[in-house]
Amino acid sequence: MAATDAQTSLRHAFGNVLAFFILILIGVLAFSIRLFSVIKYESVIHEFDPYFNYRVTQFLTKNGIYDFWNWFDDRTWYPLGRVIGGTVYPGLTLTAGTLWWVLNSLNIPLSVETVCVFTAPIFSAFASWATYLLTKEVKGAGAGLTAAVLLAMVPSYISRSVAGSYDNEAVAIFALIFTFYLYIKTLNTGSLFYATLNSIAYFYMVCSWGGYTFIINLIPMHVLLCIVTGRYSSRLYIAYAPLVVLGTLLAALVPVVGFNAVMTSEHFASFLVFILIHVVALVYYIKGILSPKMFKVAVTLVVSGGLAVGFAMIAVLVAMVAASPTMGWSGRSLSLLDPTYASKYIPIIASVSEHQPPTWPSYFMDINVLAFLVPAGIIACFSPLSDASSFVILYIVTSVYFSGVMVRLMLVLAPAACILSGIALSQAFDVFTRSIKLQLPSLSVDSHVNAGDASSESVVPDDTVKTDKTEDTHKERTSKKSKKKEKEPVEKPPSKSQIKKRLLVLPLETSIIAIVLLVLLGAFYVVHSVWAAAEAYSAPSIVLTSHSHDGLHVFDDFREAYAWLSHNTEVDDKVASWWDYGYQTTAMANRTVIVDNNTWNNTHIATVGTAMSSPEKAAWEIFNSLDVKYVLVVFGGLVGYPSDDINKFLWMVRIGGGVFPHIKEPDYLRDGQYRIDNMATPTMLNCLMYKLSYYRFVETDGKAYDRVRRTEIGKKYFKLTHFEEVFTTHHWMVRIYKLKPPKNRIRGKTKKTKSKASSKTVSKKQGIKKNPF
Amino acid sequence: MAKPSSASSSSSSTTKDAQDLLRALWSAYSATPSNLKIIDLYVAFAVFSALLQVVYMALVGTFPFNSFLSGVLSCVGTAVLAVCLRIQVNKENKEFKDLAPERAFADFVLCNVVLHLVIMNFLG
Repeated sequence: MAATDAQTSLRHAFGNVLAFFILILIGVLAFSIRLFSVIKYESVIHEFDPYFNYRVTQFLTKNGIYDFWNWFDDRTWYPLGRVIGGTVYPGLTLTAGTLWWVLNSLNIPLSVETVCVFTAPIFSAFASWATYLLTKEVKGAGAGLTAAVLLAMVPSYISRSVAGSYDNEAVAIFALIFTFYLYIKTLNTGSLFYATLNSIAYFYMVCSWGGYTFIINLIPMHVLLCIVTGRYSSRLYIAYAPLVVLGTLLAALVPVVGFNAVMTSEHFASFLVFILIHVVALVYYIKGILSPKMFKVAVTLVVSGGLAVGFAMIAVLVAMVAASPTMGWSGRSLSLLDPTYASKYIPIIASVSEHQPPTWPSYFMDINVLAFLVPAGIIACFSPLSDASSFVILYIVTSVYFSGVMVRLMLVLAPAACILSGIALSQAFDVFTRSIKLQLPSLSVDSHVNAGDASSESVVPDDTVKTDKTEDTHKERTSKKSKKKEKEPVEKPPSKSQIKKRLLVLPLETSIIAIVLLVLLGAFYVVHSVWAAAEAYSAPSIVLTSHSHDGLHVFDDFREAYAWLSHNTEVDDKVASWWDYGYQTTAMANRTVIVDNNTWNNTHIATVGTAMSSPEKAAWEIFNSLDVKYVLVVFGGLVGYPSDDINKFLWMVRIGGGVFPHIKEPDYLRDGQYRIDNMATPTMLNCLMYKLSYYRFVETDGKAYDRVRRTEIGKKYFKLTHFEEVFTTHHWMVRIYKLKPPKNRIRGKTKKTKSKASSKTVSKKQGIKKNPF
Repeated sequence: MAKPSSASSSSSSTTKDAQDLLRALWSAYSATPSNLKIIDLYVAFAVFSALLQVVYMALVGTFPFNSFLSGVLSCVGTAVLAVCLRIQVNKENKEFKDLAPERAFADFVLCNVVLHLVIMNFLG
């Protein structure tokens, strides 16, 4: 017995050390698979939103935390400005800022940009370790390691956390998984210490991402599920009640959330379940101290009296909620719950490409093999069903629903899919390796731990019988069938534990082939993940490349344009463009913009959209009233860049038309089709966007062939009367125009009745801009 | 004739049931050990002061809302944590029989410290 004890503890120690080294390897894997963009392009910040976060981090590192907390930004949303301290989720910037500060105080002089670029890969390594911890709580260490390695490579998570993608999700997914881990740990152990840690981790999640509402609705749902299925226990109370109180307080501390933590419908579920769990706890307590007869009496009394009070309270609550037009939910949450809501009421949310529902192929692209393993994992979670595994099942079901609404939320599905696939794979490997282990004769001689000490006596005589046979058949591995036939009469008399094990033992060849196939499946997954990370998700979208017969072309037009702006314009000049480019313009060109990606003010965006859709003079008036000096337009017709402003133009019309009714979308469509060739409508051919995109385009190839729309344009030769072109980048991708100052005298027809007044007003008031509204 | 008597008898039976119930509850509760009774008294005090604050808010108005929230949530929070302590210290609870009551109390104190740090920050 002592020998087996020492053996088991040695085995456990060996297992723990192995798990530790595997975890380190998983961390290195998660970090390095995200470095493709740094190797292929350079260490640069990607896309649009990360540039805003980068600018905020720069401000934080330069000016310190108090100035950051109270920062009012006047370089954006001119002339409204934006309260940065109160409208940004500070978790990401504070994390990167702290990292930079710690490194610099250790005399490692990394620049802020480097820290920002590499924050996401570091936190994805942490996220895979958090997945290991969470799955270990649900099913055990083997499942934990499998889930961790799956999460390190899942393409959906890679897409939002490559090196350079400095966005909220980089740290938020780690915070999400870690909060769930601490919740499950509290549920399993019932320790108040872990409940405190859970609340602090939830606070970190609230700081990092607006998706924290997923947590504060999923956990009450799970508590409700446990209560309804009769799994209420005092550990559930300890896991849930302190989280609600501390969590609400901590959420209210973050300025972005503020009092929304107690006043919006997103949090009501947690309060309702909080009241419910107290009622249930009280019921269980009274049931415990009363005799059954008295308990029945109590139930009848309380039900009759309490129901009336309950109805009254519910009526009050319903009246309060129904008083607000959106029933207390915010626009973003409503667009998740009702997928058709955004397209009807909030065109800005509907226009973002990330907010569209995903297609079926995108599931296979983003979670690949896991899509097949998840149902197996769900079944594995049911045997046996514990609190933790019911939580994981609820998590996957809700995240599958939400991922079906918005493709951006595939990211929330990824950890759940990895956990369940890890469980499924680990169980499968368990069964197969156990089958092989029990059937290979050389291995069955050392009666392994699973055989159990109780059956050791009966195993020993069997082993002595077997050893004679194994010496004969030891060399004859190939004759597996004869081995099986000899073993069956031998193994029939063993003890009950052996019989129970036999039910889970599969034939040897099947197990070996199955293990080979599973490893192949994993290999396909790895190959796909590496391909996705290298080819599909590593594009920084600020630099574009294309391969042609004469080598690699690099399109660095965006940075060229922003550098031109920062060197050739005054510091206080205002630049107008569509809201996509706002963050990049403020961060790289350091100029004031009119609208940016935050899209918090629909009317302001509609103003810019109307200006882009109006003829030159009206657009000039609008831009002049906003003090705009330069207009920036992105045009992809020369090189075939498909995400340019002409392709986005219909959204500008829709958003502008939503606020200013004189812009009507059918005016720009010929027979319901959007065209820019010679069949386009006159409104389209005269609008500012058309003119600014195609001005002098005919000089490039003589025929003005637009490579994206694949036609020749309608109006080829025209002059600009109110704008002048100041810069066009190398591949004509970004074009910058300056507003011409108003003329000193007006030529041409002026009405005689108004001539005196108009000439006086023109001479006196030519400095005053006319507001067209 | 039979109906009013049955109605009065049912109402009297419900009042008798209510009295029996209250007596049974009282006798069962008196049997709990005194350390648990102290915790229960603390919980009752915390809930009572939360109710007082709500009444005060109803009288005076909600401005500054953060002070009201932090006050009420500190009372409710410490009541919840005391209930958790009671669950963990109660000797009849089989799940926590190998948890030392000192450890439970230390967890309680730690959680209260965190709660009140947050309250102090939020009080304004």
